[in-house]
Formats: sequence, C-alpha cells, structure tokens
Amino acid sequence: MDLKASDRFNINSQLEHLQAKYVGTGHADLNRFEWAVNIQRDSYASYIGHYPILAYFAVAENESIGRERYNFMQKMLMPCGLPPERDED
Amino acid sequence: MDNVDAEIAKAQEERRKMEEVAMLTSVTFDADLYGGGPDRFEGYERSIAVNEEEEEQDGDTRELARRMASFTGPKSLKEIPRGAEGEDESGFKKPQRIIDREDDYRRRRLQRIISPERNDPFASGEATPDPSVRTYADVMREQALQQKKEEVLKEIAKKKEEEKNKAAAEPAPAAQKRRNRWDQSQEPDGGAAKKAKPSSASSDWDAPDSTPGIGRWDATPTPGRVADSTPSLSRRNRWDETPTPGRLADSDATPAAGGVTPGATPAGMTWDATPKLSGLATPTPKRQRSRWDETPATMGSATPLPGAATPAAAFTPGVTPVGGVDLATPTPGQLNLRGAMTPEQYNLMRWERDIEERNRPLTDEELDTMFPQEGYKILDPPASYVPIRTPARKLLATPTPMGTPLYSIPEENRGQQFDVPKEAPGGLPFMKQEDYQYFGALLNEEEEEQLSPEEQKERKIMKLLLKVKNGTPPQRKTALRQLTDKAREFGAGPLFNKILPLLMQPTLEDQERHLLVKVIDRVLYKLDELVRPFVHKILVVIEPLLIDEDYYARVEGREIISNLSKAAGLATMIAAMRPDIDNIDEYVRNTTARAFSVVASALGIPALLPFLKAVCQSKKSWQARHTGIKIVQQIAILMGCAVLPHLRSLVEIIEHGLSDENQKVRTITALSLAALAEAAAPYGIESFDSVLKPLWKGIRSHRGKVLAAFLKAIGFIIPLMDAVYASYYTKEVMIILIREFQSPDEEMKKIVLKVVKQCVSTEGVEADYIRNDILPEFFRNFWVRRMALDRRNYKQLVDTTVEIANKVGVADIVGRIVEDLKDESEPYRRMVMETIEKVVANLGASDIDARLEELLIDGILYAFQEQTSDDANVMLNGFGAVVNSLGQRVKPYLPQICGTIKWRLNNKSAKVRQQAADLIARIAIVMKQCKEEQLMGHLGVVLYEYLGEEYPEVLGSILGALKAIVNVIGMTKMTPPIKDLLPRLTPILKNRHEKVQENCIDLVGRIADRGAEFVPAREWMRICFELLEMLKAHKKGIRRATVNTFGYIAKAIGPQDVLATLLNNLKVQERQNRVCTTVAIAIVAETCSPFTVLPALMNEYRVPELNVQNGVLKSLSFLFEYIGEMGKDYIYAVTPLLEDALMDRDLVHRQTAASAVKHMALGVAGLGCEDALVHLLNYVWPNIFETSPHVINAVMEAIEGMRVALGAAVILNYCLQGLFHPARKVREVYWKIYNSLYIGGQDALVAAYPTLEEEANNFFSRPELAMFV
Repeated sequence: MDLKASDRFNINSQLEHLQAKYVGTGHADLNRFEWAVNIQRDSYASYIGHYPILAYFAVAENESIGRERYNFMQKMLMPCGLPPERDED
Repeated sequence: MDNVDAEIAKAQEERRKMEEVAMLTSVTFDADLYGGGPDRFEGYERSIAVNEEEEEQDGDTRELARRMASFTGPKSLKEIPRGAEGEDESGFKKPQRIIDREDDYRRRRLQRIISPERNDPFASGEATPDPSVRTYADVMREQALQQKKEEVLKEIAKKKEEEKNKAAAEPAPAAQKRRNRWDQSQEPDGGAAKKAKPSSASSDWDAPDSTPGIGRWDATPTPGRVADSTPSLSRRNRWDETPTPGRLADSDATPAAGGVTPGATPAGMTWDATPKLSGLATPTPKRQRSRWDETPATMGSATPLPGAATPAAAFTPGVTPVGGVDLATPTPGQLNLRGAMTPEQYNLMRWERDIEERNRPLTDEELDTMFPQEGYKILDPPASYVPIRTPARKLLATPTPMGTPLYSIPEENRGQQFDVPKEAPGGLPFMKQEDYQYFGALLNEEEEEQLSPEEQKERKIMKLLLKVKNGTPPQRKTALRQLTDKAREFGAGPLFNKILPLLMQPTLEDQERHLLVKVIDRVLYKLDELVRPFVHKILVVIEPLLIDEDYYARVEGREIISNLSKAAGLATMIAAMRPDIDNIDEYVRNTTARAFSVVASALGIPALLPFLKAVCQSKKSWQARHTGIKIVQQIAILMGCAVLPHLRSLVEIIEHGLSDENQKVRTITALSLAALAEAAAPYGIESFDSVLKPLWKGIRSHRGKVLAAFLKAIGFIIPLMDAVYASYYTKEVMIILIREFQSPDEEMKKIVLKVVKQCVSTEGVEADYIRNDILPEFFRNFWVRRMALDRRNYKQLVDTTVEIANKVGVADIVGRIVEDLKDESEPYRRMVMETIEKVVANLGASDIDARLEELLIDGILYAFQEQTSDDANVMLNGFGAVVNSLGQRVKPYLPQICGTIKWRLNNKSAKVRQQAADLIARIAIVMKQCKEEQLMGHLGVVLYEYLGEEYPEVLGSILGALKAIVNVIGMTKMTPPIKDLLPRLTPILKNRHEKVQENCIDLVGRIADRGAEFVPAREWMRICFELLEMLKAHKKGIRRATVNTFGYIAKAIGPQDVLATLLNNLKVQERQNRVCTTVAIAIVAETCSPFTVLPALMNEYRVPELNVQNGVLKSLSFLFEYIGEMGKDYIYAVTPLLEDALMDRDLVHRQTAASAVKHMALGVAGLGCEDALVHLLNYVWPNIFETSPHVINAVMEAIEGMRVALGAAVILNYCLQGLFHPARKVREVYWKIYNSLYIGGQDALVAAYPTLEEEANNFFSRPELAMFV
C-alpha cells in the first residue's frame, strides 16, 4: 500500500481499513482467479441463504433441499478448482 | 394602534383564506401520483415543545406521567443544559509542571533510583551470567541487606531515643554537649518524618476504591522509623561500595543516568559518616559530605547552596560534574545551571527575562520605522528628567562587583528578534534552561567527527528526544517516527539511558511527560524482548504515573506497563518486581502493587495466581503479605466484573489475612474483600462464604481502623446476598453500626453511613425494622449541624437519608427534619433542603399530610428567604421540587409565594433577582394547574417591567420566566399582550450574552410559532434582520433555535421576504454565517413547501460569485435532506443546475453538488426517478479520481446513495470497466468503490456478476443461475 502522507490519516484510509476487514472485498492486486473464487462463494452462500431459490434449484435438479444445500456447501470449498501456478515476478 | 390592530386582523384573515385555499387545492391533486393520502408529516412534531411534557394532555395522564417521572433518574440529570458543548473554557491550558500539583507523597517518586539494568536469563540461556551483571539473586541479596540495615538503623534510633530520654531525665550529664550534636543532626530528619505524617493522615484512608487515591493504611510510619524518612536515598549501596578510580569519567559519559547514582551515594553513608563529621563546625543537615564533594572540581561542598534544602538537589547531578557544562569555567550564571536552582527559581528567572525583553526601551531606529520621516522632531529630554526605576527591578538586576548605585541598561544586541526563541545549532528546537544538563552536549557541535560511533548514536538519540520534547509538531512527528523505526538499531540500553532520566527531571511538564511516555510506548513495541534487562528501570519511572491525579496519566501508565509485560513476559516482570514487594518504603510497595494489578490484567489473572498465593502467605515479612493482598485489591478495582471467574481463588488467597497477626494486613484484607465484592456485584456471594464468619466475628473484636475496614467489607458483601440472609446479617452488623454512630472519627462516620446505606437498600431489610431500630439513633447522631460543614460528610449523609426514605417513605423522613429548615445554621438548612428535594422528587408528596404540608411550605419559604449564599441553587431546586410535587395543593400558598417572589424581584442583589425569576420559571406549570391565571398574568406584567434589567444573567432568567408563563397560559391570554411584548424583545436580541440570547430566541421563536399573527409583518422582518446576527452565536443551541425561528417567521409572513434576506446573506464572508444561512433557507423551504423557495434559489445560482453559488448548492443539499420523498417532484427541475455544478472547475462546487445528489438519491429511492439519477450519476462518476479528502468523500457517498436508489447492479456495471485496468491508480480507486458496493449490497451483486470465461483447469461459470423449470 503506497499511500501519500496526506492520505495516511484521513477518513478514506480508515474506509479502506474498514473494507479490508470483510472477506470477499478486493484490492488492486487481486487476480482473476481470486475474484472468481469470491464470486462463486458469494453465489453459493446466497443460494443457501435464500430458501425459495434453494427450493427452486431442488425442483430443477430433482434433489432434496437438504442435499442441495449440502452440495452447495461442499462446492464452496474449491469452487474453481486448484489455483493457477503463479509465475514468479 | 388601530392601524396595527387592523393589520393584525388582515393577517389573520389572510391566513384563514390561505388555509381554505390549501384545502381546496388538496382535492385537485392526483392522489395516485402525488400520494395525496395522509399528511407526510403526520406523527411528527410540527413545532418544538418548550417543556419536556406536552401540555395538551388532560389532567389524569399528566398526573400519571408526573408520578412515572419520579421513578426515573434524579432531576439534575434531566436538566442538562441544551447545546452545552463546553465553550466555557478558552481551550488553552497553561503548561503545567507536574511537580506543582503533586503532594508530598507523590513527590516521593523523585527519591527513587533508576536501577542499573539486570541480567536477562532468557537471553543468556544456560550460561552462568557474568559476575559484573546484576542478577535476580543480587537484587534480592541487596534487598535483604537493605532490610537488615534498616532494622539496625531502627535499633540505633531506638537506642538513641532511649538514651536521650534517659539523658533528659538525668540532670545535665557531662556528655551532654557531645550527644547534643547527634540530636541536632537527627532533628531535621525527625521533622521531615513528622511533616510526612500529617500529609499522609490528611489523604484519604479508604481511598483504595477510588483509583487515584493512595492507600494510606500503610502510610503511617512505623514507630522507630524516624531515621528513614529518606530511605530510598540509601538504597542500592552496593554500587557505592566499590568506588573505582575511573568513576568520574564514567559518569561523564552517561551524565544523567550516572549522575543520579553518585548523587545519592553520600546519603547512603549517613550513619557511618556521622562520626567523621564531628570535626565540622556546622554540618549541613540534609546533604551529607561525600566522596564527590571532596573532588576539587566541584563547587558544592564548600558553601552549602540554598537549593540544597529541596529534596531534588540531593540527587540531581548538579553536585557531580556533568558533561559539557563542567568544561567551562563556572560563572555565576552557570552555577545556576547546576541543578542547585529550584524549579521555582528557574521559572522566576525565565519570566523575569521575558518581561525585561518586552519592556526594554525603544531605540531610535525602531522609532524611525514606526513614525513617518517628516513632521516629527526629536526633542532633548528636559534637564530635570530622571528616569523612574522600580526598586524591584533594581534588585533583580545582575549585581556588578563594584556595586553601581544606579540602574544601567545592560548592553544587548538590538538586532535580535525577541519573540522568536533562540535557535539552537543544527535546526534543533529551543532548549529550556533545565534541559541543558541533559542536552548540553548537543551544543558543542564542532567535534562531531571525532566522536566514536557509540557517542554519535547517543547524540542522535539526544537530538531526536529533544525534538520530541521541545520541537514543533511536525518536528516531533518525524523524530518520533525515526525513534520508532530505528529503535532496534539504537538498542535498548542507549535509548532508555537517555529517556528515563528525562522523565525523572523535576521540572517536567504534563505535555512533555506525555510525549516521552509516548516514545517509550512506541519503542517498547519495537524492542520487544530486548527490553527485559530494563524492565525495572522503566517501572521505576512509570509506576508513579499509576497514582497520578490526572486520569489520562494513569491510563497512560497502565498502557505502558501492560505493553511492557506483554513484551517482557510474566517471568521477567515478576523477577523485576518481586524485590519491591517487601521494600521498606511504603511508596514503593504501593506503586508496585498497582503495577502488578496492571500486569494481571495484561497477562490474565490465572497466570499470576500462583505467585500471588505464595506472596500472600509469605512468612518472612508482613510487608510482602500486605502488598500481595493489596495487589488483589488493585486487581479488583482495575478489572471490575472481570474478576468474577477467578473470584473464589482470589478470596481464598487472601482470606487468611483476616486473622493475620499484623493489624495492617488485617485491614488491607478487609479492604480487598470490599473491593472484590464491589467489583463482583451483584454476583458471587458464594465465593465469599468462607469469609463471612471471620468478618462478622471480627467486627465484635476489633476497634478503630480495622473495624472500619471490616465494616466496609460487610457493607459491600451484604448487597450480594439473598433477601433472607441479607436481613439476618444486617441485624447482626447493625448493633455494631449503631454503636459506632457516635464515633468521633470522621472516617468511621463516613464508612458507617455508607454501610447503613448499603444495608438499608437491600431487599430483605424491612421498613419497620429501620423505623424502629435505626432511625432514632441515626437522626440523633448524624442530623447535627456539624455534619453539614464537611462536603463529603454532607453528601454521604444526604445519600444515606434518601436511601432510608426510599424504604420508610416520605412522611417519616421529612417529618423528622422539616423543623430544621428554620435552623439557624445555613449550611445545615441547605443540607435539609437538599435531602427534602431528593426525597420528594423520588417519592412524590402524596404521603405528606396537611399539617406537614404547612410546615414544609413555611420552612421552605423561610429557608429560601434567609439564604445568603447559594451557588449550587440548592434552595431553588428544593423549592421547585416541593412545589411541583405538591401540585394543586400549593394553591392556598401561591399568593404568599408570589408575594415573596415579587419582593425579591425588586431586591438590590442581582443574584436574588435572578433566583426569583428562575423560581417563576419552575413553578409556572403548577400555577397553571392551580388555575391562578390572573396571578400569572400579573407576574407577566411585573417581569415585563423588569426587561430593562442590566445584569445579563438576571435578564436571561427573566426572559426564561416570561417564556415559561407564555407557554402555560398561551398567546391569547398573555399579559402584557404579545403585540406589546415582542417589540420590547427585538432590541434584546442584540444582546451578546449567551444566556440572554438563548432565552430570548427561544421566546421569540415560541411567539413566531404560536402567535405570529399578533404581531405585524413589519416587526417580523425587523426581527429577521436581527436574527441574521444571531447565526454567528458560538453556542449551537442558539444557532439551531435561530434557524428554526426563521422557519416559523417564514410560515407566518410568507417566504418571499425572509428568503430575500437570507439569499442576500449568502454574500457575507464568514463561513459559519453562510452555513447557517443555507440551513435556514432549507428550513424555510421545508416549512413553506419547496416550490416557494426553489425558483428564487436557483435564480441566485446565476450570480457569478463562488460563495453564493456554493451557498445555493449547500442549501439544495440541506433542502433535499429535509424534504426527503417530496424531492421526487423537484428532481427534474434542479437537474440542469446540478449538471452545471458537477462540471464546474471549482472543487467545492462539485463536492457540494455531489452531496446534494446523495441526499436527492436517498430521498427518492424507489419512487421512479431512475432516469434522472442515472443522468446525474454520469456526471458524478468522472470525479472518482479526485484526491482531496472532502471531495472524494462526497463523491463516494453520492455513489453510495445511487446504489440505494438505482440498485447495486447498475453501479457494478460502472465498476467493471476499471477493476482490472492496467494502471494501478485506476484499479485502486475502482476496487475501493467495488468494496463499498460489496459491503453495502453483496447479495444483490450475485445476480449481476459477469460471466467469466473458463481457463485451462478452472471453471468460473455459475450453471445454477441458468436452471429453468
């Protein structure tokens, strides 16, 4: 984080600090993969959180609602597969 | 007059018409479009009620409300003045030296010695420590030696005493003369001890429950300790016993740290040295001759300096040669540098110099620059002229050896700038005289290159510290950061060797100490475990902060010690503090106990429990047990209810102390139990089971202070018990308490009162029991005049009596003391009045029968009239409370009361007049209840006549009284009529006194709100102009009332004229004035509907002037904030204006426009204005790269507002373009927006995320969203 001296103590830096406390927020160095993982996890969390949506998926997939919920939760572990190799820079 | 009446009638007529028109128009609205249903403002207050309760309520509910109100907190809490933002103080505190406000006990910190660093067993590992390093064993050995020495000294002193007594008994023995000298040299010490004693006796001995207090149970010197009144001076003598030849050079290298030790040396030798002294004719009493004094280079030994009498001089390095100062030949001026000067002298000299500089005569050159060149002529002074010299100044002038008879102006450099502090070399900040002994070395700069790296490092540290201590804020900031960053590089040793002596400087000021403590804090964090060898050193300096009277100093001290214990670890902390636990000096033990409690809160109580257990059971010394138990007490005080999980173990650790052989240990144990019970309340009674028996047995067998402590513990334990047990135990203890009612000891009285209060307030204690068993003795012993004289007794007695009244009812208590309202002692009457006020306010007056009521009113009137001095308004409050609680029953007495008031309104003393007016304000509501409207009208006229009052405080109260009357009898029935009253108020609005302003604007606002039609429009306009001035008021309450009044006036006479006035006011210079004007415009718009204001406002935006345009924008911002949903009708109208503002070159334009957009968006969310909002968002968005904090803040908030109104998905689409932009600066901003979007509406984003393309082995698609049934 290279902030200017004037930036260091003002309200905006506090805002960023506040934001950084939430999992799922991003920053300038976030790559495509990491962002996608966040999107996937948020999506699954949202599906699980909204019961009607969960029920809708259950009907569409012909599964029980509990099974659907379990599946979504499992998928949150590694939603996009293994992270890509980072090229050392 | 007829003219005016006609105008009023016209205004009323118009108003009625307007209302009719409004009713017609409401029909023509399309209800679907405009939401014509119920009024938007339904359920809101349309005008501000002046009193807390609404006066429209009918009698019954009001009665209920009043009774309910008596169950809430005390009245004083409700009467917190509005808008009290603490403007009373100028905000600048004079720098204050810590030593000036310390008492003798706290000053003992200066006698402590910064001990040399100790071995760190963790760092050295298995290796045997080098013999030169001080280990724990060494310190303990020293401690033991010290103690033994102490005992021997005591023995000697005792023997001397005996001998002396014997000698005194025998008639003039031969050896008398010789012994006499002994006595002489001893006497000052004895005197000092005696001096120390009263100071400790005056401090408060149950203080442990107030943090700053010093437990002074131990402060009383033990018999025979006469000799060690300065015990700390003689400590650590191991260091003195090995004098090395190179010692002098050593102490030069580290002047301050070394300086302390050698200075202290001689005192340690006192007893051994005395025989040697026999040769001297006049031995100086306190400062003993020492090895150091014999060095020819010093100047201290030959002539005892006057400053030697101060305790500080005994160890300031002044006696020993120090650093650079000593290199020069000692001149008289420099002699002063040597610490022989007391702080007072320093200050006197500084002040004197300053005054001299200011008052020096002007030179010809200076006069030339001041006056024009032509038209002036220089005259010769008349021959008879002799300059006037003040004798005082002559005395202070430097005496020359020849002794010139007349004052001569000292030669000085005229070119010098006197307001600027003298510049030290190398951009260093100004050095105070006291600083030279620490920073003197910085002044000889030339030798910088020849220094060794070590010395250079030291200089660097000194420079940085000087900057932190005396520098400007930016200097200080950078220096502090450098010190922090380089802490490990500098090393713990050099850093602390420089910082800690500075903190022991006797002339330290609060601010300086704060800064230095801050340095320690930062450095600690960096040094971490490297700090271990210095733990004790640091503690010696920081512990005194724990008993400082300044709250923030205490907090700071706690923070440092807590950080220190986290950095050094428990083992090191215990090792460092263990030797101090049974130190002979009570001061050291006290501070150590407090420090230990901080350690416990930092590292957790369980970690410390085993150690505490061992200490509390120490067989070796009672001091150790005492300190151990005191640590428990301090833990309870510091940690509060956090002791609950460990309560049982803590009680178990200390319980045996109740039967300790030493009285002090028993006392502190009881006090600790009290602290624990207080901290645990209302839980944890089961943990105290084991101590109940010893406590209740103890109160039968003890007397005096121990008994007081036991009672205190019982007082805190009883409230924890169940009702049944509480009742039983209360009865047990009450016998003793009643016996102690007549104790002459003040402290005992206070404790007894407190315990009675605690017992009485518990559930199980019955009213009958209190009435029969306690009350008679209680009133006989405590309700006496003497109790009213001491502030603390007074308070405690009132509290206890109120608590008893809560149990036994009003009539019992008031009946017993009501006669005393006519007592001849005024403080006593005041105490009675305060009690009655509190009791009646708590419980109401329904218990008071007719006879008592008569007595009460009679007594109150007497007490009110007879008061001579009353700063706390006790009488006034009491009067108000009683009248208000009696309600309609006061009716028969009202004529008499009003007579008194009228008579007092005419009194010569301003205070009396003010009080009378205040009383009217308080009883106005009751007068209305008693239907005494005629009386009130009469009072109104009387008050009206007094509006010419010249004392602002009184005038303010008179206005307040008028306001109260107007409020209760209403605008129509008011006498004098409103049309006469208001013109009289207009000139008073010019008064600049805050109290007058506040009351006047409240009254005017009230009239504008409720009775505007009684006054012609012309008068209201005149008032508008006066009100503009009031927008400048300092007090926020006044500004707020003013702005509201604008709204009422605009409603009364129509917005056009008011608006024109306000818009003109946007051109003024002061920012605050403009801001208030914009608020007023927005309020006018709100009260008179926006469409009456917006056209003129938007037209004003065309004025090509920054202030005006910004003012318009700000008004718009406030306006849309106030009108909320109503904004949907106006959003299209103002959009072009906002477009323009958002594209303006001026930053403030864009900032203010952005905040207007924010309020607009939030107001119209969900009302179908998305098209306009998206349009505005397009103008807001380019501003996201602004860097000015206010602008970017406003822009971000506008975007947040848009998120609410447009939905997160729209904003996300704006974001996507920049999240992976190649430029980092762009990405950072976009991610910031994304993050706040995410936090605000994470769930809503799920549906709107873009579809990412798959990569080699990663799947990013979200197939679930494509499912379809």
